[in-house]
Amino acid sequence: MVTTDTTRVTNGSNGTAADPGYAERKNRGRLQEIAAGKWFPPVVDHQLEREEPVLTVKNFCLWYGKAQALFDVSMKVPKSKVTALIGPSGCGKSTLLRSVNRLNDLVDSVRISGEMNLYEDSIYAKGVDVIELRKRMGMVAQKPNPFPMSIYENVIYPLRIDGVRDRRILDEVCETSLRGAALWDEAKDRLHQSALGLSGGQQQRLCVARAIASEPEMLLMDEPCSALDPIATGKIEDLIDQLRGEYTILIVTHNMQQAARVSDYTAFMYLGQLVEYGATASLFKKPQLKETEDYISGRFG
Amino acid sequence: MVWLAGGMLALCSVMIIALILLVVVRGMATFWPGAIASYHTVDGQIVTGEVTRSSTYEPRPELIDTLPPEAQERARQLLAANDGLAERVLVRTGNYELDNSHFAWVSNYTIERMEKPEWFVVMERLTWGRFYGVPTAFYVDGELVADTPADVWREFERHHGDIRKRWQQRRTLESKAIGRINHQQESARLELRGAEIAAQQARLNHGVRSEQYLQAQAVFERQQQRFNQVEAEFERRYADIREEIVALNQENERYQIRLMTVNGQEKSMGMAEVVRAYPANQLSLLGRIGVYLDRWQEFLLDDPREANSEGGVFPAIFGTVVMTLIMVVFVVPFGVLAALYLREYAKAGPLVSVIRIAVNNLAGVPSIVYGVFGLGFFCYLVGGSIDQLFFSEKLPNPTFGTGGILWASLTLALLTLPVVIVATEEALAAVPGSMREGSYASGASKWQTIQRIVLPRAMPGIMTGMILAMARGAGEVAPLMLVGAVKLAPELPIDSIAPFVHLERSFMHLGFHIYDLGFQSQNSEAAIPMVFTTTLLLILIITLLNVGAIWLRNRLRRKFVVSAV
Ligand SMILES: Nc1ncnc2c1ncn2[C@@H]1O[C@H](COP(=O)(O)OP(=O)(O)OP(=O)(O)O)[C@@H](O)[C@H]1O
Ligand SMILES: [Mg+2]
Repeated sequence: MVTTDTTRVTNGSNGTAADPGYAERKNRGRLQEIAAGKWFPPVVDHQLEREEPVLTVKNFCLWYGKAQALFDVSMKVPKSKVTALIGPSGCGKSTLLRSVNRLNDLVDSVRISGEMNLYEDSIYAKGVDVIELRKRMGMVAQKPNPFPMSIYENVIYPLRIDGVRDRRILDEVCETSLRGAALWDEAKDRLHQSALGLSGGQQQRLCVARAIASEPEMLLMDEPCSALDPIATGKIEDLIDQLRGEYTILIVTHNMQQAARVSDYTAFMYLGQLVEYGATASLFKKPQLKETEDYISGRFG
Repeated sequence: MVWLAGGMLALCSVMIIALILLVVVRGMATFWPGAIASYHTVDGQIVTGEVTRSSTYEPRPELIDTLPPEAQERARQLLAANDGLAERVLVRTGNYELDNSHFAWVSNYTIERMEKPEWFVVMERLTWGRFYGVPTAFYVDGELVADTPADVWREFERHHGDIRKRWQQRRTLESKAIGRINHQQESARLELRGAEIAAQQARLNHGVRSEQYLQAQAVFERQQQRFNQVEAEFERRYADIREEIVALNQENERYQIRLMTVNGQEKSMGMAEVVRAYPANQLSLLGRIGVYLDRWQEFLLDDPREANSEGGVFPAIFGTVVMTLIMVVFVVPFGVLAALYLREYAKAGPLVSVIRIAVNNLAGVPSIVYGVFGLGFFCYLVGGSIDQLFFSEKLPNPTFGTGGILWASLTLALLTLPVVIVATEEALAAVPGSMREGSYASGASKWQTIQRIVLPRAMPGIMTGMILAMARGAGEVAPLMLVGAVKLAPELPIDSIAPFVHLERSFMHLGFHIYDLGFQSQNSEAAIPMVFTTTLLLILIITLLNVGAIWLRNRLRRKFVVSAV
C-alpha cells in the first residue's frame, strides 16, 4: 500500500537501522531535506486509485517570478468527495487551489509547468477558454467577498454574466442556491437589500451560494471559515457536509479538526511539495509518515 | 510641531472664514434699501442720496482754505480734535443725466446740517441709473391729475404695475416673437443661399450647359420664388407685431411723472422707464424687506441692463450652470475611460509611468494656456472645419468657428481632466482584489468584471473626482474669455427655438461677469457691491452643484460600501 521511494530517503540520511533514534531522525531529515531543496515523491494511499478523478494534476510546478512555490505536484481529486489540503502557512495550498481555476493568471509574474486536467479537458493547454473553464468551477475565498450589489444579484451573478434574462430561471436559481447554501431562511425577506449588510458568516454562505449557482463541476474553497466565529464555522461545515456527494470539493484548511470532520481525503503539503495524500480517516489515525503525524498532532515546527 | 501644524490650520481657517464672511456680509447688504440723507454743506450745496460707505482720511490744508471763512475755523478745530483726520461719507446722488456723476463725497467738517427729507423717492430706471427726487406732478394724457407728493405717489403706484406689465409684454414680443421671425427668416435665407451655392458648384464642376447645373439652377429659382413669398409673409407678421408694440407704447406714454431734484431741477419721465421706485424715508421695515427681496428676485431672474451694473444676472447663472454640466458630461466619461485604461489594461511600465506623470503635470499648466489651446484647436481648427462642412452657407460668418459654450465646456473639460483621472485611478486601485477575483472566479470576463464590479464599487471615488472637477471648472475664468464667455450674450444657449440647444452660442458666465463688473464698469462705485453679490452667488452655485454631487455620492456609497464585517 505504501509507495515510498525509501532508497532516496535512506540515501539522504546517514543513520543505520541499529541506531535507536534512527526513525525519528530519518523522518525529520525528510522535511529538512525538502527545506534544503530536495524533492520526494508523495506518499499516496491506494484507496484513491479506485476513485474516479475529476481533477488530475500532473507534475505541476509554479513560480512567482524566480521563486518556486509548487514543486512537481501530482494528485487526483476524486469525484463527489471532499478533499482537504492541509499544511503549514506558505506551503502553497492557496497557490495550488488558485491554479485549478487559473486565477493565478491574474498575477503577472506567475509561470507554470506541468499539466492539470478537469476530466479529460486540459486546463493549461494553449487556446483554452479560461472563462468557460472558470464557469465549470465555483470558488469560495478565504475572506467573504460579496459584490457591492443586492443579495439576489450576488447569487445570480454567474448567470447574469452569461446573459440569462429569464426572471423565472433567475428566481429559481437564486432560491435553490440560497437553500443549498443554507441561507434562504435568513435572506429570503431581504433579497433585494445590499449583500454588504449581511454578517460575515452570512456573507460567506452567500459566496457559497454564488459558487454553486451555476452548478459547477467542482467547488474550490480556500479556508472558507478562517474569518468566521465557531457558530458560523459550524454552519459552513454542515453545508459542506450537505454538498458532499453532489459536488466535488477541494478545500484548504488550517484547522485539523475541520479537515478531519468534513473531508473524505486529505493531502498534506509542505513547502510546495505534496507529502502525503490519503483517506482522511486513515491519514489522521495512522499516517504513513512521521512528519504528517507530527503536523496533525500539532507537534510540528 | 503640533502647535505649528495646528497654528497653520487655524490661520488657514481664519483666512477662509474671513473671506467668506466678507463676501457674505457685503454681498447680502447690496440690495438693502438705505435711507436718503440730505447734507447741507457750509458752501451752500445740498447733497442728497443714499449713504453707501464712509472712510477716514487726512484732508490737505489747502482743502480747508477753499471753505467759506467762517467755516474754516470750525473745520480746523474739528480736525485738530481728531489728530488731523476727517470722516467722509460717500453719497449715491444719482441723477446722472443732470449733474454727470453718480456719487459724491461729503466730509464731516463741511457739513452744516443733515436731514432726512420726507418725500424723496428713489427711482431705479432702465437707463441713466437711479434718480432721486420729490414727486411734484402726475399727468395722464397731458393733463395734470395730481400735484402734491402724496397724491402723485398714489397715482404712480396705481398705474405703475400695469405699465410695467405692458412693458414686459412689449419686451416679450420684441425678443420672442420677433426673434422667432428673424430666426425663420434667417433659415429661409440660408436655405436659399445653400441652393445658390449648389448651383454655382454645379456650374463650376459640370459647365453652364450641363444637366446638373440646369437642375440646380431650377431648384435655386424655385427656392428664390418660395423665399420671396415667405419673405412677404414674414414682413406681414413683422408689421403686425410692430403695430402691437406701438399700441402698447402709446398706452404707456399716456402717463408721465414729474420730479424735482434737490437743486430745484425738474424732470419728467415715462413710467415704463422706471423699474422700481420707493419713497425711501417712509418705508417701514416690512417695506424695506419687500424692496430687498424684489431686488434679489430681479437679480436672480432678470437680464442685465446698464452695461451689466444693474438688473439681473440670470443669463450668467444659466451659462455657468449649463457650461459646468456640459463640462462634466464630457470630462467624466473621458477621464474615467483614460483612468480605466491606465489602471486596468495598460501593462505597468515606463510608458505608463511617463503618461501618469504627464497627466499629473497637466494639472499644473496655467489655465490661460488651456484657453489659448481651446481657441486654436477647438474654435479655429475643429469649429472651422465644422463650419466648412456643415455651415458653408453662413460663411464668412462663423457658426462653430468662434468661441461658444461647447468649446468653453470642452476647454474646461481638458483643464479638469487630470483631476478626474487621478481620482478615478485612486478609486479603481481601492477596489479590493478579492472582489475582482470573486468575479473572475465566477467566470466573468475582464470587461464584465470592470463594468459590473469595479466601476460600481469605484463610483463614489469617481464622483469625488467629478466634484473636484466641477469646483475647479465652475470657478475658472481666464480661459473662458478666449473661448466664448462674453460680456453680454444676446441669447441663451438653450431656448424654445428648434433645435433648442445651441451649443455654438457664446454665453455669459458669473466669473467673467465679476471680472467685467469689477474692472470694466464705468460706474465702478455702483459696481463694487454688485461684485460682492455676484461673487456670493457664484460661491453659492458652486456649493450647490457640489452639494448635489456629494448627496449623489453618499447615496451611492451607502449602496456599495456599507459592510457589516
Ligand atoms: N502573488 C504572489 N507573488 C509572489 N509570491 C507569492 C504570491 N502569492 C503567494 N506567494 C508565495 O507563494 C508561497 C505559497 O503561498 P500560498 O499563499 O499558496 O500559501 P498557503 O499555503 O496558502 O499559506 P496560508 O496557509 O498562509 O494561506 C508563499 O511563499 C508565498 O509567499
Ligand atoms: Mg492561503
